Amino acid sequence: MRSLHLLKMEGEGFVPPSTNDFNLPPVFGDNPYTTKPILLVFLSVIVISIFFIMASRKAAVVPSKLQFAGETIYSFVRNDVARDNIGHEFMRFVPYLFTLFTFILTNNIFGIVPLLQFPAMSHVSFPYVLAIFTFVVFHYVGIRKQGIGKYLKDIMFMPGVPKAAYILLTPLELATFFIVRPLTLSLRLFANMFAGHLLLLVFILGGDHLLQGVIGLKLISPFAFAFGIGLTFFEFMVQVLQAYIFTLLTALYIAGALADEH
Amino acid sequence: MIRSINLAAPEGANPLIPHTAELIVGAIAFLLLFLVLRSKVVPMFEKAFAARTEAIQGGIERAEKAQLEAQRALAQYNEQLSKAREESQSMREEARAQGAAIIEEMRAKAQEEAARITASAHASIEAERQQAITSLRNEVGAMAVDLASKIVGEALDDQARQSRIVDRFLDDLESSK
Repeated sequence: MRSLHLLKMEGEGFVPPSTNDFNLPPVFGDNPYTTKPILLVFLSVIVISIFFIMASRKAAVVPSKLQFAGETIYSFVRNDVARDNIGHEFMRFVPYLFTLFTFILTNNIFGIVPLLQFPAMSHVSFPYVLAIFTFVVFHYVGIRKQGIGKYLKDIMFMPGVPKAAYILLTPLELATFFIVRPLTLSLRLFANMFAGHLLLLVFILGGDHLLQGVIGLKLISPFAFAFGIGLTFFEFMVQVLQAYIFTLLTALYIAGALADEH
Repeated sequence: MIRSINLAAPEGANPLIPHTAELIVGAIAFLLLFLVLRSKVVPMFEKAFAARTEAIQGGIERAEKAQLEAQRALAQYNEQLSKAREESQSMREEARAQGAAIIEEMRAKAQEEAARITASAHASIEAERQQAITSLRNEVGAMAVDLASKIVGEALDDQARQSRIVDRFLDDLESSK
């Protein structure tokens, strides 16, 4: 795909990677359901399912290496994310948070896995979907717990605040709960993956381009590649961190909706 | 120039606009994964955690029970030991008392025996003395009669006369004294 671009642009100098590099055509014919990110998302579901089913199948008291690896991830989400933030009702939300974390993490890491090398979360549709789920979950939990009247009233008229402050606070709180939270949740994940992938493209494709230049440029190209490799490690950190942040914020929103006062 | 190329690309649309296909796939894939993890993975891990907690708690309980039992055994042992000590003490005292009684009894018996032997010795001595006196009297009488008959020439065969003579002789002896 990229090479097509390069061919087209031959003789016009280096073309920096752009948003176009994220628009991948369908792999099979014209079917819009067979683009690379969609196939990767399905692959992630299969990979995660197989890994965790294998890891948890025996569920022994003394775990095997595989079970230990799976348990480490599971207990991280269960204890450090869910229990520590949500409190005694946390167990209800563990499956959702666990799915969220593994789904985002795997799709993010696909961005640096050789041959796959594309983070599906750099397509904004997927973060949107996840943010909508979280949005529905935490509002639903809040309404179930406190009743729709009290829930909305607590959001709009924060208790313990002078009445005059509501002029400013009410629109802000409404915007926070219904617009800002889902939007920031999805855009943070999307932008990080998008920018990270773009950055890697710049250095790898740039190094490749330098390699095709005159001898002086050829000598510089290893530095570009080395930088690209270094950034790959950095990218791995960002990918894990973003999966964690998305899950953590979801847990915090759920905790907030469960709490009696915001 | 680059910008114009970007604009020329038909798909170079705003990356913030979602694709319908991806929205649908994302939702389906996520829900699918959610169902798999919730039904297959989470319960199994929870089972393992519960079993582990159980095992650890069971171990602690077992250890506590064992310790309690050991303490009870120790107390029992100490009690038995002190009881045995007391018993041996009383036994020793009893033996001492018994020994003293035995010695006392033996001593009494020995004294009694000694007294008895002494008494019997006295009796036999007395009897022998009586016997000696009697035989002496008879012998002395006979000898005196013999002697007298020899001197007097008179046979004093007759028993009655003989004893009368002896008595007279003895009376004479006594009165002459």
